[in-house]
Parts: sequence; structure tokens; C-alpha cells
Amino acid sequence: MIVTTGVIQSWNSALLILNMGLVSAIMSLGLNLQWGLAGLFNVGVMGFVALGGLATVLIAMPATPTAWGAGGARIVIALLFASVVIAAVIGVYKRMPNSTTRFVVMLALLLIGVIIYRAILDPAVATVEAINPALAGYIGGLNLPVLVAWPVGGVLAACAAWLIGKTALGLRSDYLAIGTLGIAEIIIAVLKHEDWLARGVKNVIGIPRPVPYEIDLQQDANFLARATDLGIDPTIASSLFVKLNYAILFAVVLLTLFIMAQLALNSPWGRMMRAIRDNEVTAAAMGKDVTARHLQVFVLGSAICGIAGAMMTTLDGQLTPASYQPLRFTFLVWVMVILGGSGNNLGAVLGGFFIWFFWVQVEPIGLLLIEFATIGLADESWFKQHLLASAAYMRLFTMGLILLLVLRFWPRGLIPGR
Amino acid sequence: MGEIDIANAFVVLANFVLIPSISYGSQLALGALGITLVYGILRFSNFAHGDTMAFGAMITMLCTWWLQHQGIHLGPLPTALIALPIGIIACVALLLAIDRSVYRFYRTRRAKPVILVIVSMGVMFVMNGLVRFVVGPGDQRFADGERFVISAREFRDLTGLQEGLAFRTSQGITILTAIIVVIALFWFLNKTKTGKSMRAYSDNEDLALLSGINPNRVVTYTWILVAILATVAGALYGLDKSFKPFTYFQLLLPIFAAAVVGGLGNPLGAIAGGYLIAFSEVTITYAWKKVLGYLVPWWEPTGIVQFISTDYKFAISFSILLIALLFRPTGLFRGKAY
Repeated sequence: MIVTTGVIQSWNSALLILNMGLVSAIMSLGLNLQWGLAGLFNVGVMGFVALGGLATVLIAMPATPTAWGAGGARIVIALLFASVVIAAVIGVYKRMPNSTTRFVVMLALLLIGVIIYRAILDPAVATVEAINPALAGYIGGLNLPVLVAWPVGGVLAACAAWLIGKTALGLRSDYLAIGTLGIAEIIIAVLKHEDWLARGVKNVIGIPRPVPYEIDLQQDANFLARATDLGIDPTIASSLFVKLNYAILFAVVLLTLFIMAQLALNSPWGRMMRAIRDNEVTAAAMGKDVTARHLQVFVLGSAICGIAGAMMTTLDGQLTPASYQPLRFTFLVWVMVILGGSGNNLGAVLGGFFIWFFWVQVEPIGLLLIEFATIGLADESWFKQHLLASAAYMRLFTMGLILLLVLRFWPRGLIPGR
Repeated sequence: MGEIDIANAFVVLANFVLIPSISYGSQLALGALGITLVYGILRFSNFAHGDTMAFGAMITMLCTWWLQHQGIHLGPLPTALIALPIGIIACVALLLAIDRSVYRFYRTRRAKPVILVIVSMGVMFVMNGLVRFVVGPGDQRFADGERFVISAREFRDLTGLQEGLAFRTSQGITILTAIIVVIALFWFLNKTKTGKSMRAYSDNEDLALLSGINPNRVVTYTWILVAILATVAGALYGLDKSFKPFTYFQLLLPIFAAAVVGGLGNPLGAIAGGYLIAFSEVTITYAWKKVLGYLVPWWEPTGIVQFISTDYKFAISFSILLIALLFRPTGLFRGKAY
């Protein structure tokens, strides 16, 4: 399929689809671990992906020179203070007997905590955001190689997953769904509105790359010579070369994660997880700690989503919080897993490629179809204009239809799991 | 601090906190009722509910535009009120068609609830695409008629207070309609035969089937009620604020939170939950400076005395949800879930 795109459209867009396909495959691998292996219902993929994106900014961007002196330290103090307050509230909850006094004490602690926290945080935020707001206005990153950010993204996502899993696991499966939906929205809200952290909707652009830049390649004599040997225009050659480099990097990550997931699936641990998925009561009776195992697999799967998110942001070279849409980043991944076959890693990877390909290509195909269907109508007809303008939304419709059809007629997916 | 100050403070409070949260709460309560009905009778969490609201509101909006184009108006009231029944009918037709073509298959096989949740995700995608296909993703307005029942200036002239109280028509209509719909719903559930059979079915499916209740009839009526509630909630929200497909998807979180806090499957709980969420959201994100200025004139706060900025209003419904899940997973009114 991707080769066809290369022939028909251009190799450049084919590689673009391939790269995002690789990232999508990793996301769906992560979700498959949670849903296919453990039956956990996570609809917060978007949040974990976004956390991965945040990690690339925090790790790879150069630090804003004066920000740490101006208010960065104070922000850290404020965040530490917030965690102390939360710890104190939990401590009160655990130590004091259940009574109205306890409730009042907890409420008072929280209220005073919020007021002091805001008093520490707000001025610091104002000074940080005032530093060169057009270009910086945030604390910046650690200036480390961007590849470091990939595992860090996984760790960030894992921490968030642990928090949400700790509260919502062990309750009904729907509650985990609603909980993850909520945490994802909140993570996006934080990214959009905390300008000191990652510039909010002003976006962070120019995140350093792990691969060479096209401009440098075009001035590199060696590269130019080889491009001429192959008979490709140097501009195109450089862009292809960069994308190929990404593809190789991503393929290595995908392969590693895939092998790990496959080993996990076939290990005693994987058998235990499947046993829990198929019958929780029996597994619990055999002495398995169902909630703890669920938490474990939930954290692992979310970490994989976080890694994928960091990779995606690296590929884009920018973090744009406004572009995180739940339909695109959460529910599309679900379609990938369901189509691929829940519980089968290879299926999840294939589903990732397939669905991503369709997601990209449905729009031009839909446009063609509408052009064809309305061929009898005049070009300036209102109806035709409207249809053409709305063709982009065809893909939401198509994805929903694919999901419903697969669930109905092909519930085990492309490659059924065990 | 005289009586005038207290009156002024109260007016400010009513203007910015009480009235907005009552009307927002009514919209949430109507939405949560729909979620809770599906949960209680069909036994799954319906992720497509936000988009059902968007669909109903969209048809109502299109009809309103058509009526306005024809020159038909309802005087001081918004034209959308005439269009509402048509929106409801379209929404009922859509939901019944979806039930026949999609949900029924899984119901007859007694599929696990979680499968139905995924199916509802697919339905959500389809509806989402449908709505955006017809009206696009942008912001639209369709409110008309008199803007205010009482405007801030009229109120000031009337009472001689410093602060004005604005009561918008859309808010008044929201509150009135919500009361009427809720009374009708409870009358239906408690007094009619169909309503009673629905409650019986929700309490114990097998027993209800044994006593000769027709499950298809119960399911059909449930979807009809859900369509009515969703369309009314969606249209009211659209009238009060504006119509944007994505906001309806985002409403899913506060609506679910309301239903869970009140106790999933319990209609009374859904209403209480809706108001609870709305009040918390508005009070916590409100800037209290003005009210405090009247009540405690000697204290001059430096900021605007706002606990959390409005950007994080989702965080509030989410925190309430978490607190409910941690401490009382059955909800305030003891729903079915555990």
C-alpha cells in the first residue's frame, strides 16, 4: 500500500505515511497491551501521548538563559509545596478517625494550601513568561540529546498512569474509561494554558533532531555527489534521506518494543494476565492480586504510548498542544487495535499501519468520490461547494463505520489473538 | 457594612454565580439523565451521548434557520422553541435506527457491557462525522428573540442598587424547560405502565421478562426518552452559549461526572449530580473580589480572588468524579454500580 502511494503520489509522502504509521503502530501496541492482554479500557491515550511530547521539550530544548534565575526555582518550590500539601491531606485522611472534623481539617488544609501555592507560583510565572515572550517565555529544557526524551516521555506517562490507575482500577471498567478520558483532557488543558512550561498555544518550535538537517545535507559535498550518482535532485534526496533516517530509528524502537511485547505475551506473566482477563474471579481465587497486576500492565501500556508521543513530537519538530484531538489520538488508536485483533501484537502493529494509511488517504479518496458523484451539478452550485468543503469530515464517518463493521462481522480482527 | 452592601453582594453573587450555575446545571442534569437511563436499562456507558446532543441541537438549529428565513418568529421567545420538536423527532428516528442496526445485535447476544461501550465509540465517530459533515466544525449561533428577561440596567433602575442583575431569556427558558421535562419524565417513570415496566426492567431484567414485560418495547421507549432529553439538553446549551460540535464532545466529562456522582442508573441522582457539578465549577472558577469587596470592605485582596482559572474547569468535574469514586463509588443516591 505504502509502495503504491510512493509510485502514485510521491515517495516523500509515502515515507511520511510510513513514519507516522510506525508511530501509530507503537501506540496501538501500547493500547493492545492494556486492552488485548488485560481487558483494561483506556480512553486517555491522547494524554499519555501529549506527555511524551512534553518530555521532548523539557529534555531537548535549550534552557532559557535567565528563566531559572528569574523564577524557575520559585516554580519548583511552588510545585514541591503543592505535593507537600497533598501529602498532608492524605496523611490527615489516614490518621484521623472518620468524622466531620476530619473533613473540615482536610478542606481547610486544601484551601489554605491553594492560596499559599498561588502566592508562591503566580509572581514566578509572571516573570518567567515576561522573558522575551515572542521567542521564549518559558523555562526551557535541559539541552540534552532528543533521544533521551523518548524514555523520559515513557516515564512521565507511566507516572500519570500510576496516579489514575491507583484510583480507578478495581472499580467497574467504565470508571477507568471515564477517569482516563478526564485525565487526558486535563493534561491537554495544562499544556495549553501553562505558558511557563511549554509556551502553551504559542507552541514550541525547532525542537532539535536526532537526524541531520536537509539544509546541511544540501551543502555537504559527499551527499551531493552521491545524489547525483543516483540521479535524484539534491533537494528531494535530502528530504528523503532525513525521512529514511527517521524511519530506521522508529523501526528499531518498534521492533524492540514488539519483541518485548511478544516475549511478555508468551511468558508466564502473559499467561497470568490472560487468565485474569478471561476470569477475574478464578484468578483471584488462585491467589493473583488482580488490581496490582492491572495497575502494572496499565502503567506499562501507557509508558509505551508516552514513548510514541515523544517520537511523534520529535518527528514534527514542534509541540502544538492545540493539535491534540481526542478523536485523532485516542479513538483512532482504538480503531487500530480493534481492527488488528485485540490481544495480538502483530495484529496491533498491522492495524496501526492500515488505519493510519486510511486516515490519511480517505480524504483524497472521498474528495474524488464526491467530485465523481456531483459531476452532473454545476461547479458553482451551493450543494456541491458544501459537499466538497465537508469532504474532510468523511474520514471520521468512515473510521466509525470501519469500527462498527469490524466489531459486528469480524470481532476477532485481522489476526485474532488468543 | 450596611444592608445595602449585603444586598449588592447578593446581587453580584446571583448574577455571576447562582443564575449561571442553575442554568448550566439544568443542562448538565438533562444530559446526565440520558446517560443514566441508558446505563440503567441498556447497561452500558454511552460515549455517543455528547454527539447525540450535538445531532439533536444541529437539527433544531437548521430548522430554526429555515423558520427565520421564512419569517416565522415567536415574538420575544427564541424561534428554536418551535424547531425543538422537529429536532426531537429527527433524533428519535436516528437513535432508533442506530439501535436496530447496531445495538440490537449485541443485546440479543448478551454481549459484555464493555463491548457495547466500544460500539458506542464507533457510533460516536459516525455521529461526529455526520454533524461536522452537515454544519462544519465552527461556532454557530441560532438564538433570537428578546435577549433579556431583565437586563442589568433595568434591574438597577428598579431597585436603586449599585449592582445590576441580568437574567437572560435563554437562562430562563433553560430553567423552565428543564423543570417541565424533569416533571414529565418522573411522571412517566412512576405513573404510566410503560414507565413502571422500564423501572422493573432496570431493577431486575430476568424477573421483568418472566412477568411478561416486552423488552423491545422497553428499549424503544428508553431510546425515545434519551433522544428527547439529549435534544432538549443540546438545544438549550446551544441557545445559552453557542453551537460547536467539539464542545458537545467535551461536555461528556461533566455529564458523566454528574451521573456517577449522583449514582449511575438513578435519575434523581443524575439531577443532583448535574447541579453539584455546575455549582462547583462556577464557584471555584469565579473571581470573588467584587463580592468580598461588599462583604469585607476593609480587606483589599491583591488578586481577583479566584481559586482556579476557568481554563481548568474540566479539572473540577474530574476531581469531583475522583472524590466520588474514591469515597462513595455508588454515588450520592446509591446507583447500581459498585
